[in-house]
Amino acid sequence: MLIIFTIASLVVLGLLLAIVLFIVAQKFKVEEDPRIDIVAAIMPGANCGGCGKAGCRAFAEAAVKDGLGDLFCPVGGNATMQKVADALGIKVEEKEPQVAVVRCSGSCDKRPVTSVYDGMATCSTIASLYGGDTDCKFGCLGRGDCEAVCQFGAIKINPKTGLPEVDEDKCTACGACTKACPKGIIELRNKGPKGRRVYVACSSKDKGAVARKACLAACIGCGKCAKVCPFGAITVENNLAYIDYTKCKMCRKCVLECPTGAIHEVNMPPRPAAVKPAAANPATAQPVKPAAPAGEVKTPANNQ
Amino acid sequence: MKTFLVGGVHPADKKISADAAIEELPVPKIAYISMAQHLGAPAEPCVAVGDKVKVGQQIGKATGFVSAPVHSSVSGTVKSIETVLDLAGKPSTAVVIETEGDEWMEGIDRSETIVSEIKLEKKELVEKIKECGVVGLGGATFPTSVKLSPPPTATPTCVIINGAECEPYLTSDYRVLLEKPEQVLIGCEILMKALGVNKCYIGIEENKQKAIDLLTKLAVEKNHPNIEVVKLKKKYPQGGEKQLIDAVIGKRVPSMGLPVDTGAVVQNVGTTFAVYEAVQKNKPLFSGVMTVTGDCSKAQKNFLHRVGTPLNEIMDYCGGIPEDAAKIISGGPMMGKAISNIKAPTLKGTSSILYLTEEQTKRKEEGNCIRCGKCVEACPMSLEPYLLYKLWKVRDMDQLEDHYIYDCIECGCCLFTCPAYVPLLDAVRQAKASVMKIMKSRPKK
Repeated sequence: MLIIFTIASLVVLGLLLAIVLFIVAQKFKVEEDPRIDIVAAIMPGANCGGCGKAGCRAFAEAAVKDGLGDLFCPVGGNATMQKVADALGIKVEEKEPQVAVVRCSGSCDKRPVTSVYDGMATCSTIASLYGGDTDCKFGCLGRGDCEAVCQFGAIKINPKTGLPEVDEDKCTACGACTKACPKGIIELRNKGPKGRRVYVACSSKDKGAVARKACLAACIGCGKCAKVCPFGAITVENNLAYIDYTKCKMCRKCVLECPTGAIHEVNMPPRPAAVKPAAANPATAQPVKPAAPAGEVKTPANNQ
Repeated sequence: MKTFLVGGVHPADKKISADAAIEELPVPKIAYISMAQHLGAPAEPCVAVGDKVKVGQQIGKATGFVSAPVHSSVSGTVKSIETVLDLAGKPSTAVVIETEGDEWMEGIDRSETIVSEIKLEKKELVEKIKECGVVGLGGATFPTSVKLSPPPTATPTCVIINGAECEPYLTSDYRVLLEKPEQVLIGCEILMKALGVNKCYIGIEENKQKAIDLLTKLAVEKNHPNIEVVKLKKKYPQGGEKQLIDAVIGKRVPSMGLPVDTGAVVQNVGTTFAVYEAVQKNKPLFSGVMTVTGDCSKAQKNFLHRVGTPLNEIMDYCGGIPEDAAKIISGGPMMGKAISNIKAPTLKGTSSILYLTEEQTKRKEEGNCIRCGKCVEACPMSLEPYLLYKLWKVRDMDQLEDHYIYDCIECGCCLFTCPAYVPLLDAVRQAKASVMKIMKSRPKK
């Protein structure tokens, strides 16, 4: 008897509460645009903050509310953005995929350590205390603040060189490392066709002699690259060259010209032999080549 | 005996150079006078390359309210205006002067006579101190004139002279107290007049008994009835502004408040002497007293240095860097900065060159926090360093702010006392900087 009474009273109580909950849920229902859920489901769900929003849901809310505008999900890239645009029935411009680039090549053998630092091993601590344990006050501190913030395992300090290396397959260009680096040496640059790119791997604004003394791989601001560049993509400011990736056509003249080797080329096909006839050039499959292949081959020849 | 209530530690005394009288250093052949010798906006050079300058001539003008002019410490020709690295390797603009002779500006009284009559009025005094580029020589190099112009909401009631010199090894303030006591006392009178108060305390720690006796005697003999010498119990960081106020007048500075909210304006002994020289002798601040010391140091000296002397010249003058020195510090061992660039020039606020051995400076391996609470006990600002450390590890900025991280004075007591050698100070300093940045970025109400 007692058991029946107990079960019955609980069932009645349950029913009553269910009715109350149902009424409350109807009364205080929050109207949410159903598209937010749809967009949120499309997002990669990394919640990395690379788009500038707090997370993927915040991105979806903003996208539904204000349209895509400048919003871009670096993790999902163009594919995700296209899906989001389709779901919302709007258009989106394709963006060049980007990748993090470390603008320092002062590896252990090129940049001697001049003071011993034994404090907390984070770059931000060193940067707050002094210029760094080498004579270059602009270069990588090598304690891996960038590695610590990367959610994708895309940037790692190479113990041999003491410099971070970016795994471009994993890098989503979320920009976390660029913000974490106290020296601001990491830059997001266009990945380039077939991942090919040319960049100045140095951030030193020191005068040539000072920079060179501190690091053998430093940009000394001599301006040779700017002179040789046929596209006006290189500017030298504060003793530091910078290649504008939107203008660079990857002719690689600057790479050969640079006296310290501060300009790096990535994923480039092997250079044609310096004395090869110009006609051989188109065969080396360089899709974005401008109409100046002849000049390109000549320059190294002239140099030698 | 008085001292501050909360926290503090007792590092070994080590005042090895206490008995060395102040010597004048030779004038450097080339002086590198930095424009960023004070807290706030750096000065702007107002001389051109090739100009002839005299000792005491203004070469940099102040560029804001919290800024100070810079004066030449040598006479000669301006060789260049270039970027030099300070002792921590950070760049700043400097005027480089090649020395020729030692010709001083007219109007600077170089005699030893003591001028006790204060002729200038209240406002003129502050103006004079500002013109002469006097900054706080206790370490922070905050422009003195700013401290002497308190906001209208605060009413100063007394001046406290900081003679605590609680850092081990340092003896420059002690030597100034012993060798220039009358000048310091007149400096106190000037500060009192400039602030419009009629009470001055000189806080000196018990390990400087000679100075306490001398100043107490002279305050009576030379008729300074408003100046009281307060003997303080030896404890670090007694020289901290907030701790000194607590120790001397028993008031605590509110969180986020200014020290002047308690009615006290604190000035360092060196600053007081500089104020005396600026007002009574018309001598701008271009020299300072510094200590060269350390257990392994070849010489134990106190020097009067001209601003802009390269540190390595001073080191060479004292017999070079000792072989077993592992670290060279500028400032005290607790709060000083390691010198990574020995060619850096001295600044107004340079108080010492301190050689430490490998054994003294080597960091021990970090262990696990055992929650003993020693750091909480030692913290003079009533913070919980172990907790701040943990919060920083997970980057919880809101909680860090809720736990008053911005109150940290970076004295290093927590790290000094930690039995597990957890790098508390390193983390807290970082966390504080990050939190302050967030706080500053917020729109003001």
